[in-house]
Order: sequence, then C-alpha cells, then structure tokens
Amino acid sequence: MEVINKPSYIKTFDSDEIALSTKDLSVLYGGTVQKLFDASLQFKKNTITALIGASGSGKSTFLRSLNRMNDRVATINGEIIFHGLDVNKSNINVYELRKNIGMVFQRPNPFPKSIRENIVYALKANGMNDKNELDQIVEESLRAAALWDEVKDKLDKSALALSGGQQQRLCIARALAVKPEILLLDEPASALDPVSTSKLEDTLKQLRSKYTMIMVTHNMQQASRISDYTAFFHLGHVIEYNTTAEIFTNPKGKITEDYIQGSFG
Amino acid sequence: MNAKSRDKLATIIIHILVAIVVLILAGILGNILITGVPHLSWHFLTSEASSYKAGGGVRDQLFNSLYLLVLTTIISLPIALGAAIYLSEYAKDNWITSLIRTTIEILSSLPSIVVGLFGYLLFVVQFGFGFSIISGALALTFFNLPILTSNIEQAIQGVPQAQREAGLALGLSNWKTIRGIVLPAALPGILTGLILSAGRIFGEAAALIYTAGQSGSTVDYSNWNPFSPTSFLNVMRPAETLAVHIWKVNTEGIISDATIVSAATSALLVIVVILFNLGARYLGNKLYQKLTAAK
Amino acid sequence: MSKNTEDLKQVVDQAIAEQKVPHVKLKKMGPNDVDVDKLTKPSKETRQEYWGKGLTYFAIGLIIVLVVSIIGFVGAHGLATFFNDHVNIFHFLTSTDWDPGDGKNHVGAAAMIVTSFSVTLLAALVATPFAIAVALFMTEYTSKKDAQFLQSVMELLVGIPSVVYGFLGLTVIVPVIRNIFGGTGFGILAATLVLFVMVLPTITSLTVDALKAVPKHFRQASAALGATHWQTIYKVVLRVATPRILTAIIFGMARAFGEALAVQMVIGNAVLMPYNLVSPSATLTSQLTSQMGNTVMGTLPNNALWSLALLLLIMSLVFNFLVRLVGKKGQK
Repeated sequence: MEVINKPSYIKTFDSDEIALSTKDLSVLYGGTVQKLFDASLQFKKNTITALIGASGSGKSTFLRSLNRMNDRVATINGEIIFHGLDVNKSNINVYELRKNIGMVFQRPNPFPKSIRENIVYALKANGMNDKNELDQIVEESLRAAALWDEVKDKLDKSALALSGGQQQRLCIARALAVKPEILLLDEPASALDPVSTSKLEDTLKQLRSKYTMIMVTHNMQQASRISDYTAFFHLGHVIEYNTTAEIFTNPKGKITEDYIQGSFG
Repeated sequence: MNAKSRDKLATIIIHILVAIVVLILAGILGNILITGVPHLSWHFLTSEASSYKAGGGVRDQLFNSLYLLVLTTIISLPIALGAAIYLSEYAKDNWITSLIRTTIEILSSLPSIVVGLFGYLLFVVQFGFGFSIISGALALTFFNLPILTSNIEQAIQGVPQAQREAGLALGLSNWKTIRGIVLPAALPGILTGLILSAGRIFGEAAALIYTAGQSGSTVDYSNWNPFSPTSFLNVMRPAETLAVHIWKVNTEGIISDATIVSAATSALLVIVVILFNLGARYLGNKLYQKLTAAK
Repeated sequence: MSKNTEDLKQVVDQAIAEQKVPHVKLKKMGPNDVDVDKLTKPSKETRQEYWGKGLTYFAIGLIIVLVVSIIGFVGAHGLATFFNDHVNIFHFLTSTDWDPGDGKNHVGAAAMIVTSFSVTLLAALVATPFAIAVALFMTEYTSKKDAQFLQSVMELLVGIPSVVYGFLGLTVIVPVIRNIFGGTGFGILAATLVLFVMVLPTITSLTVDALKAVPKHFRQASAALGATHWQTIYKVVLRVATPRILTAIIFGMARAFGEALAVQMVIGNAVLMPYNLVSPSATLTSQLTSQMGNTVMGTLPNNALWSLALLLLIMSLVFNFLVRLVGKKGQK
C-alpha cells in the first residue's frame, strides 16, 4: 500500500510566470470533515490546467476555494497567493476578488433574464451605465465565447430559451464580461452533448491567449485535448502535477497511473 | 373476517367518510352562496349600514376591510420580506436560528384573539391610538407576519442555489444577488403567498374587535385629506370590517334583518376569498410562465 | 501492459496534436489589470452587504421583540390577578365560581377551562377519522386530478373566515340541536360541530403531507409480500406516518383551542360548568371576546380576563412544545 498523501511530483514555475498559487490549502466541512489536505499548486499564466481525480477527490472543493465560494460552508486554511497577496485572509474584499477570478459552473445557470441582461447585469451593478459601452461588451464577450453568431438577433429574448450548450457559453461570456484574469471552470461540459462540448472546448482553447484557466473535469479525453497542465487529486491530496503530456503518458505515481489507465480503458 | 373482506370494508368506510365530508363542504358553500347571493345587491354594497332598522348595506365595512388589507400589507410585507431573506440567506445553521424559528412558530400559533388583545393593550391603550384603523392594521400585521414570512421564505428557497452562485461568482454582493436575481425569480411564489395571506386578513375578525373597533364613524368619501377626522383615509378613525360586522350584528345587533345582512356579508366575504385564491393561482402561474418563458 | 501504454501514448499524443490554437479573435476582450489595492479595501459591495444584512437583521429583530413583548405584556397583566389582587392560583384553576366583580374569591376559571378542553378534544376526536379517511382517499385511492380538486376545496375551506363559520353555526346547527335536544341549542355540541368543520382541513392537509412523505418502496415492498391494499395502509403507511399525523391533530387542536368568534357565537356564553353537551357554557376565548369590552383596565375583573388570555397563551406554547416533542420522537 502506497502512502497516499505523499505527492509523486509537483510541477513548479518561475515566480513571474505564476498567475495564482496555493500553499498548504486545507478545507474542512462542518469543522470536522476534511476534504482537502495541504494542497500546494502553482498555476501558470495563459494556460489551461485540468484538475482530475475521482469523485470526492477534493478537486472541486479546491477549485471553489480559489475564489472563496466555499466560505459559507467550509473552513479554509492555508494561503492563496494572487498578485503577491494572500487572498484567503479575512480582510480581503471577496467581491473584488471574484471580479478578477471568474467562475463557470457545472450546470449552465443563466439568470432568468434576457441574453443581454445576463451579460450586463453585473456590469450595471458595478455602475457602468453607458449604453454604447455595454453593447460593445455584450458583443465582444459573446464573440469571445463563440456565441455571437448564434444569438446576435435575439439578444433581448430569454436566456432560458437557449440550448444547454449555448447557455453554458453564455455563462462563459457573462463571466468574461467582468474581465477577470483567471477563469475557474467546474466541469463545464459535464451537462452538455458531444457537439456542444466540442464547441465549448474550442472556445476555451481560444481564450487561452488572454486568460488563465483552471478546470475541473471528469473527462480524461477532454483534459488531454485542451489542457497544458494537469493535477491529479486523490482522496483530498494532490498526488501529481505536471504537464498534461507527462501525466498521461508517463505518470510518476502508481495511483496516478492506475487512475489514468482505468479512465481511458 | 379475512384480509380480503377487511380490505373491502375499509374501502367502503373510507368512501363513505369522504362522501360525508364532500357533502358537508358542498352544504357549507351552497348554504353561504344560496342564502347570501340573492341579497347581494348594488344597494347593499353601496349604502351605509343601519344600526337599528332593516335595509342597511355594508359600504363602509367593505371599504374598511379593503383599506385595512392594503395598510396591513404595506406594513407587513417589508418586515416579512426582510425576515424571510434573513432566514433563507443569512441565518447560520445554529441554535440562534432555531430559537428564532421557534419564536416565529409561536407567533403563528398564538390565537388571534390574544394577538388582538395585545394590540388593544399596546396601541389602543398604551400608545393612545384608541380604536382605530392604524391599531387594527398593526394587530393584523402581527397576525400576518409569521405566515407571510414562511410563505416568502419557501418561495425564496425554491430558487436554485445555482442562481445565487452565478451572482456571487460575478463579484456581486450577497444582497445584490438576492435583490436582483433571487427575489425576481421568487416573485411568483411571493405573490401567491401574499395574496393567500390577504385572504386571511380580509376575513379576520377576532384580532380587530378590540383594535379597529366594532363601530364606524361617519365617513366622507370625498374628503381626501387623511388628517381630517371625517376623511375615509384617516387612519385614526374607528373602523368596523365586514367580518366584524357579521359578528356584531349576530351577537349584539338589534337590526331585524340581521340574518339577511350576515348571509349577504358572508357570501361577499367568501366570494372575495375565492377570488383571492383563484387570483393567487392565476397570477402565480402567469408570472412563472413569463419568467421561464421560452420566447 | 506495454501494449496498453503504447496505445494510451498514441491516444494522448493525437489529442495533444489536435490542440491547435484556433484563430485568435479576441482583440479588445481581455482581463482588466488587477488593482491589488482594491482587494483589501471595502467597496460598494461591502456597503451593500452591510445595509442588506442590517435590514434583514432589523426585520427579524422586530419579530423577536414583538413575540417577547406579547408574552411579556400578556404575562404581566395576566399575573397581576395573582400578585396584585392576590387571587389564589389553585382557586383560579379549580373553582367554578366566576364573578370577578365580587372580589378575589370569585375568580374561578374551571368552567371555562373544562369547556375549552372539551370542545377542543371533541372536535379533534370527530375530525380525525374524517381527516384520515379523506387524506387516505386523496393519497391512496384516487387519481391525482380528483385529489387536486379535493385539495383546492380544502384550501378554500381554510380560507373561509371564522365568523362565517360562526354565523352558519348560529343559523344552521344551533336550530337543529334545539329541535332535537330541546333547550337553547347553544353549547358544547354546537361548538364542537363548528370547530370540527374548521379543523378538518387543517388536519387533513397535514395528514396528506404525512402520507405523501411515506416512501413509495414501503408500499411496493408490502404489496410484493402479498398484503392487501388495506393491510399495506394500516400496517405500513399509517404506522410510518403516525408521528406526523399526531402532529397534524395537535395543530388542529391548537386551532380549535384558540378559535374565538365562531365558538363565541354558538357556545351560549354562560360561565357555567357544562353538565351536558347542549347546555350553554363559555370557553376561555368566548369569555375574553364578549367581556373584554365591559371591564375597566387595571381592575380585578379586567385582570382576571387577562389571566384567561395568559392561559390561552400558555396553552398555545404547550401545543407548540407537543408538536416538537412528537416531531422529535418521529425522527428517531
């Protein structure tokens, strides 16, 4: 039996390449149930990092801790370094943080409003009122999410009328409109059909030129198709973190190898 | 007796009991409507109540009931909304919250006469408001708050968690997320709850007898100055509602057509309550469709 | 093993080779520069949160203050009878001599207490079989559509104002009782019948909830064992739902106990120990309703009435407590 909490390999980067990093991040639910143990990971700028692992491995928990979405349900210890600042401190303005670290969820969750309103709602709340500017952002973010051509004629129709895949890309557009630096994606394609998934993946690949993305996925093929780096989680521990190519073809740890073999099998 | 015949017997008994209940229900509704509706005339709705002779109407009572309903809703909605938001969005899962919930349950289970007497003690006597619309509206607010709060809380909790996460992930504050996203999505449910509670308020009498009073003053419907004692808008004047009127003419009244007046008033009350019920359902569905419309 | 790894390598290599970056269309779109200063300073959102939280805390605080002051005010006035006017509590609870105008030795509420409990228990006793039958019918015997119809009729019944029930009792039930049993027709029987109709929808709809909460697979398991429909209902469904049905009955009793006007209109309002079901009597609520206006604040007769109100309040707390107790038992 291998010691599960001993990482096999953890990739590191030069400090000026890092967009976000964590140091000894632990998450406790209800004060007793520990879901994540001392995760220390560095995420490189303008790359896509995939977080893989079985259900309950702590990857989603880890992801949701990065923009402090877990604050209400869990106790999070350790450091999350963003622009030289530990953003896991209580004095951090989480609203400003979330504007810089956006998030897209497992299931598409557009607001029950029009497509346009979905995108501009948060901007208006931030005090942006210039109609032209808003229109421009709507177009640009929908283009960035590869949705513009499909919806440009029905911007004022309900977002709920879109297909699941379109809704999810709208959610990406909505997140992009706030102009974050980092985008967290929690199994963004798990509720989508193959065609929508492939469109979504194309979108993400495009976005890599400007954004740093961290994505939880259950789909190994997807991880290998679009990610540059991959971190493997197991029972709340980060076991291995390396380039995607290395992880998938030459895993250092036995558990990683077993998991990847099994998942592709 | 074997299992089979037992099964049959049970089925028969259940059907008989249900039939009795249905008959009772039909009898009640039928009785109210059949004895009351024929007396519901335009004259009845638009003339003043008579204190000793037959032929009076319920104009003032009808207006008072509606006015109290509106005032009560205006006072109780913001409080219930705030409390419901607290309970569904901000309350932590701890003993303080469960104590607060118990408190609200206690309030909802208090007999309305006790709530009315408290209103009497506090507003009519202590604050010196006397028997007045405002005392009545406040007492009705107490009576209304727990049920309205829990209706609204349910409506709010019906909004998927994903909607809140979506708002928060965009850097919106909790409050902005609740106000701008959760509340609009919960609106159909909130409205349904509001209208249903309106039906309760409209028919409540026990909480009003000692707060809004059992008699009316002369009311001038052309006087729009709410500070004038004769204005229909004046909240310091005593005001008898439809429900209180029924009670009054049957227990202390001396008018000879008490039965007719009460029957007609009862029918009026029941019809309004039915309308509220149907309205709540219709509006709730309509709004829900509009919100989720696949246009 | 090595073959397997080869295959895998091929799959992954191919996937990574396909990672061609498509034409980049993002011209203006892109992240804002991060203003690190903003991350540690309160913003508009912080203030919104502050206000929003404040408002909801205020609202909930108001409700708490309200409940505390109701209990406080009613308690203070109700206890004045015993502390200021020196009425003996034991005497208050057991004597049937109610004539507070005559002094502290004539403040006995036993007749009203007995009547209140009698009408409450009797109404619940009559209503429960009907409520369970209707609930069973709605959940186990009929189509969804019929159940829906019954449900809306029940909701309507809840919505009918209590004075209307009182009026019906006065014009329909009381005369019938008078014709059958003689006397005035007012009394516990009339009140019981009125309350029966009033608590029926309450108990029924809560019982329906209780029955619906019984998992489907219980019924299927029982039916699979060859039990008849009734055996399944009696031995499984009702057994499992018992705690919640009890809760439903207690809720119904609480409503009956606290009902004022409908009862006051048919009970007869004579503070006498009821010697049968058709003799005029008075409940706590009816006495409060009809006498509160006839007394002067601060005098013994007035305080005595507040003691009745306090008793009502305490009973409502007791019902509340019972519901919790049964609920907790049911969870185990």
